[in-house]
Amino acid sequence: MKDKVGIPRGMFYYDYYILWENFFNNLGVEIVLSPETNKDILDKGVHACVDEACLPVKVFHGHVDYLKDRVDYIFIPKFISVYRREYCCPKHLGLPDMVRHSMKGLPELIKPKVDLKKSNRDMKRAIIHTGKYFNKSAGAAIKAFNKAQNRFQRYMESIRQGAMPIHGIKYDEYNPSQILLLGHSYNIYDRYINMGIVDKLRANDAGVITVEMLDTHTMRKHTSGLSKRIFWTHGQRIVGGAFALMDEGLIDGIIYISSFGCGMDSVLMELTERRAKKLGIPFTILTIDEQTGEAGINTRIEAFLDMLKWRSKDEDNLPTHGEYIHSR
Amino acid sequence: MKITFPHMGNIYIAGKAFLEALGQEVIPPPRCSRRTLELGIKHSPETICLPLKIMIGNFIESIEKGADTILLVGSCGPCRFGFYSILEEGILRDLGYDVEFIVYEPIGEGINKLKENVFKTLNITNIGEVLKAARLGWRLIHKADQITELANETRAYAKDSSRVDLIINNYHRKVEQVFGEEEMMDLMDKTINSLNKVERKKNYEPIRIGLIGEIYTLIEPFVNFDIERRLGHMGVLVEKSLTPTIWLDHHVLKFPFGSRNEKEKHRLARPYLKTLVGGHGRETVGAAIGYEKRGFDGAIQLLPLNCMPEIVAKPILNRINRDLEFPIMTLILDEMTGEAGFITRLEAFVDLLNRRREEDSVV
Ligand code: SF4
Ligand code: SF4
Repeated sequence: MKDKVGIPRGMFYYDYYILWENFFNNLGVEIVLSPETNKDILDKGVHACVDEACLPVKVFHGHVDYLKDRVDYIFIPKFISVYRREYCCPKHLGLPDMVRHSMKGLPELIKPKVDLKKSNRDMKRAIIHTGKYFNKSAGAAIKAFNKAQNRFQRYMESIRQGAMPIHGIKYDEYNPSQILLLGHSYNIYDRYINMGIVDKLRANDAGVITVEMLDTHTMRKHTSGLSKRIFWTHGQRIVGGAFALMDEGLIDGIIYISSFGCGMDSVLMELTERRAKKLGIPFTILTIDEQTGEAGINTRIEAFLDMLKWRSKDEDNLPTHGEYIHSR
Repeated sequence: MKITFPHMGNIYIAGKAFLEALGQEVIPPPRCSRRTLELGIKHSPETICLPLKIMIGNFIESIEKGADTILLVGSCGPCRFGFYSILEEGILRDLGYDVEFIVYEPIGEGINKLKENVFKTLNITNIGEVLKAARLGWRLIHKADQITELANETRAYAKDSSRVDLIINNYHRKVEQVFGEEEMMDLMDKTINSLNKVERKKNYEPIRIGLIGEIYTLIEPFVNFDIERRLGHMGVLVEKSLTPTIWLDHHVLKFPFGSRNEKEKHRLARPYLKTLVGGHGRETVGAAIGYEKRGFDGAIQLLPLNCMPEIVAKPILNRINRDLEFPIMTLILDEMTGEAGFITRLEAFVDLLNRRREEDSVV
């Protein structure tokens, strides 16, 4: 009988799923993916996880809960670092540990350590470690991974052409206003926890850009002026992407989606908002947690878009050009 | 150059004497107060962790007293602390304060920059002098910690624990009046002497509690509602898993290998957590197990609201609590934490530990 590996649809699923899916497929392993986040998953997650954690971590626990009786293994990599001299958020570092100590009745966890802080070579170890669960030789595992990696590169390319990660929807070429939807991938692409914000913006004739659509090099270049290098790779992407788009004048406004209590966001929001203020680019923060109501989010989005419209109408006869309009 | 630095427990005592001995002008940060916190809250991003808010308050109060240079230790991940300097600089600039930030970044970020910063702030010109200065700093920190520990111990055993508070209050008052290393050492020795003279109860076996958690909250009495003193007055012997001495030993003295004490915590944590998780999350886990092994009655985790590494540690502590039947309580601290509720929880925990002891002695 074939082994089944469960992949929780949460956290870095939104970044690396295509890679994982291809890797396991190439190994001949069957994957069970948990469904899109729903009320039941959220409730189970909130119940299983410590109160103090942020929403995405709770949601992740819910996905694990969904999978636990349906699979032989659950795949939860321990993401320490995905780039030289950089790190992931402490909660990614401890994710498999939080899950395994919070929940009962789990199948075996496959939790390869991904630590590329010193060099990319460590990736190999993680790949071989994972292959062993399915009696694959080191060579076979690496081959499966390299093939998956190629496929993943092509996928990343399509995102840079403007496709939305995972759902693969192309974004509209022309729109009266372009909104940069900023924040962690799992807050932006999980349609349940952000209450379908992408669709809401589109329904209101706003174009949506996310930082995943930019290339890494551009993003890194735009943060090089800071007095401190951004040692969180995913934070670097958020700040660098926002800086790049703001500096080039490609966006009309920024909506930052942050999960309540996110430690990384407290820093990233401050850095991006500071720059937006300086450049006079409207910036607003939507904080989400398990209690957030949809009505509130709708009102906030509408108000923000109204403000943008009003602003562009008045652009020509604005008394003090570039006057700062800030909404929070 | 008038130097100041964040206020963190007893560090200002050693820091002041140390910099003075090197011929620098020091504006020691005023001790944390309600006003410090309010200034910090007003000017910091709402969602940042508590230590940054208090530091902003510290800096503003020091600047008001004339400081023009801020000395900080940096880090490069994985926790937020590494971004403190850039955020703080931005905030103070926005407020119109023209101060210089000197950040000692880890050696990995470039040895030359670090060297330059050390030479500049410590008023020295060669490595030999750095070593001499380091030894002096170490002696001072070590002794300051020794006093804190002795005070904690004496409170637990004292027939009249309020005597200890009198001695310590007097010590804190005098710290501000003395100048340089010699006078400070003298004051410290006298304080140790008086503490040793406090009369102790005979045949008394105090409840022992280990304090674990985020380093700043452990060290700074203002943010932890003076937890050491309060437990001491309840007759409890407290030990902190992190002190300035332990930190320096691990990060500076034994660099790059790390100290035995901290490596032992990593070893103990292994069955539950094998890797770093930023901040002192892994050390928190290891320390809890260490206290259990040493026969402590319980442990208290101090968690500043939304502190990422300590949140990772929390479910692991819950598990240790179940596996080893070792009582561990988590106290969450932020600017909204009420003192009354905090004390009630402390008292309830000590009661629980007392009851457990009684039950054990019956069996
Ligand atoms: S980056 Fe923020 S949202 Fe993501 S795991 Fe860390 S704290 Fe949670
Ligand atoms: S360890 Fe906790 S309190 Fe310290 S910087 Fe990190 S999140 Fe903030």
